[in-house]
Amino acid sequence: MSPILDIRGLTVSLPKQADRPYAIKDISFSVNAGEIVCVVGESGSGKSVTSFTVMGLHDKRALTPVAGEILLQGDNILNASDAKIRRLRGEKMAMIFQEPMTALNPVAPVGEQIGEMLEIHTSLSGSRRKAKVLQAMRDVHLPDPEKMYHSYPHQLSGGQRQRIVIAMSLVLEPVLLIADEPTTALDVTTQAQILSLIKELQERRGMGVLFITHDFGVVADIADRVVVMQNGEIVEQGPVDQVLGAPGHPYTKMLIGAVPSMTPPDRAEVTGETALSATHLNKQYGHKGMFGRGRVVDAANDVNFIVRRGETLGIVGESGSGKSTVARCVMRLIDPSSGEVMIGDTDIATLREDKLRPHRRDIQIVFQDPYRSLNPRRTVGQSITEGPVNFGVSQAEALERARRLMSIVGLAPEALDRFPHQFSGGQRQRICIARALAMEPMVLIADEAVSALDVSVQAQVLDLLEDVRDEFDLAMLFITHDLRVAAQICDRIMVMRKGVVVENGPTAEVFSNPQHEYTRSLLAAAPGHGVFDKETA
Amino acid sequence: MLFYIFKRVLMTIPVMIVVALFVFMMLRLSPGDPAAVIAGDYATAEDVERIREQLGLSEPIVVQFTKWLGQLVQGDLGTSIFSNKPVAELIVQRIEPTMLLALSTIVFAVLVAVPLGTLAAYRAGSWVDRFVMLFSVGGFSVPVFVLGYVLIYILSLKLKWLPVQGYRSPFTEGIGPFFAHITLPTLTLSVIFIALIARMTRASVIEVLEEDYVRTARAKGQSEFKVLMRHALRNAAVPIITVIGIGIALLIGGVVVTESVYNIPGLGRLVLDAVLARDYPIIQGLILFFSFIYIVLNLLIDLSYSLLDPRIRY
Repeated sequence: MSPILDIRGLTVSLPKQADRPYAIKDISFSVNAGEIVCVVGESGSGKSVTSFTVMGLHDKRALTPVAGEILLQGDNILNASDAKIRRLRGEKMAMIFQEPMTALNPVAPVGEQIGEMLEIHTSLSGSRRKAKVLQAMRDVHLPDPEKMYHSYPHQLSGGQRQRIVIAMSLVLEPVLLIADEPTTALDVTTQAQILSLIKELQERRGMGVLFITHDFGVVADIADRVVVMQNGEIVEQGPVDQVLGAPGHPYTKMLIGAVPSMTPPDRAEVTGETALSATHLNKQYGHKGMFGRGRVVDAANDVNFIVRRGETLGIVGESGSGKSTVARCVMRLIDPSSGEVMIGDTDIATLREDKLRPHRRDIQIVFQDPYRSLNPRRTVGQSITEGPVNFGVSQAEALERARRLMSIVGLAPEALDRFPHQFSGGQRQRICIARALAMEPMVLIADEAVSALDVSVQAQVLDLLEDVRDEFDLAMLFITHDLRVAAQICDRIMVMRKGVVVENGPTAEVFSNPQHEYTRSLLAAAPGHGVFDKETA
Repeated sequence: MLFYIFKRVLMTIPVMIVVALFVFMMLRLSPGDPAAVIAGDYATAEDVERIREQLGLSEPIVVQFTKWLGQLVQGDLGTSIFSNKPVAELIVQRIEPTMLLALSTIVFAVLVAVPLGTLAAYRAGSWVDRFVMLFSVGGFSVPVFVLGYVLIYILSLKLKWLPVQGYRSPFTEGIGPFFAHITLPTLTLSVIFIALIARMTRASVIEVLEEDYVRTARAKGQSEFKVLMRHALRNAAVPIITVIGIGIALLIGGVVVTESVYNIPGLGRLVLDAVLARDYPIIQGLILFFSFIYIVLNLLIDLSYSLLDPRIRY
């Protein structure tokens, strides 16, 4: 049987000023009917360029396929006219994307957006179209399709939106589904549901799936075959058991080795002095309107914890759990509704801004997105020295401190004169850590600080965080949605759901003997649970 | 939604009162005796006294304001000092040409500018884009009166296609003469708004074309034209509508020059005549009227946001 998708020797060139001549070079692999092929790699590996080129959606000003062919059921897509490619999209091949939040048109009802697919490719009447849309919505297990048909994207959750996108792409029953990191932006429990949905639909319809991911956990859960890419080239491909169980290429080995284990290492109890504590911390959003309208959301409800110097407390939860709200209250980036936040001996929860300012340097934060948390118009040196200078440190001394911190975080002190865009994501996160440390804080908050990074980089930044915590005797509050990461770095873990702490204890205990049902479901939903943790256990 | 509209309408009342207070104080705070200022340099003592009586200037200021506000609420904007006609009546007489000119200008500007801006965005960086941008800069730079006379010279005097000036009402004098007379002032006035709206459309559409849902639409196999129409333009609409709304407001307030150039008997001319004659009640009435139009337009713009974008709900 000939494959549904057969990519042969595909090479796509980059513009002249790029750092390498080809986005992807001499790529060959195929996808058969009824098969899920995972293309896995880190950022810059060319995995997304490959999938977008198949769909003809690559940026045509920058990327030009210069060699090879892409055969979809035997037809070379690279030679097809624009009109033909448009017809193939939707009818033969369809794509789902990473960001369900932005992949749907915000001003059109979701039912109509699914219906648009039928409008473009079929001549069905309005009522037949609607019936088919509703059936497609039922197929992806959306609740109450009749009602949801008229909903706008912002009224749905991330998981529901991704189901809408899936319903839309599959309504014409294409033979090939391309899924580009379709679960990366979702919570773990939602991710598990979407993965099983994709698998279910793929088995029922016998279509081929080209699945792009950076996450070996996801690969382990869903793939039949795996293609590993690095810097635009395929370094290894084969059946999933072979690639995961006996990887041949050093890069594959490194990637698999970098997946954090779900088994926490043994940790001694930390007994330093308490640096940060929260008591009965509450944060409510919204207020009762004049006519009883409006609603109140308890983003944080009676949260209590302490963090000692030299200790890392993890706050784990999904989106909407209130974990970031807690971090922001503790930082006083937002004002808590009630409760106490002690930094050292001072309750900062209700301090006036002018009284609060001297305490700001004691507690510093590293944010999730290193691409947006540094001012692009200021040099790295200016960003790092700004804080200390604000607190009365002389410019020369602040600069000296910045140079020292740059070498501590593993960057050249000479790089202080450069701008953020000249650094990679991992390097920027190192800069953000240096910036936080320049204030000589007691408490360091890492708010999803490694979530946006590739696994290999993630492991390095985690090591760095652990090192600086020990070197500067910091109390660290580590906010994350990722249980694997939490297992590796946290001494104790607090699990939050809907503003409430449901479980709280030493990391090893939470992982080996979870008390709350929600914690158990989180652990079960972690991708690759079965595959990776047998090895390490 | 209805509740929101109701609330927004209520909120305009205090704004109107503040505007009224400002207009009221304008005359009272001007240096010297307002009655003497209004009466002018050659007035006799009786003239001044008559104006003082007519405007009620001898009463306490709070009483004056309350009385005046009471009249405003009943639609009484006062009486013109020179023609002795009610100001409200004068405004109503002159409103038709101004409104129709503003309307024709903005309709024409939108019809030209939105497709131009969209095309420029779609072909960003191409010669089409550069041409539209060049036209934009030009449109901003040429003063209305210069453009007006140049167009009159070419289209009316040389080519003799259109009448030089004047106004014909479409209701009493027929549609044909109306269009013949309104075309030149519309062209003149619309240039700057075409420039403004085209620029805003281009910027807004360029931003939207980068969005993921545009990529999704292409992934569905949608044609480029429909991608632009169905997915890009409506999402780009909020800033464009804002500029259009501001445009209408500016047009109604800013027709003074065009109406003078083309000799159109509209509100712009009324403003000019009243200022030259120091006919304060008319000036006050017009300021109030223009403020009212601005407030109503702003309200409509705000309300249109929630129609265009379902995420904006109050």
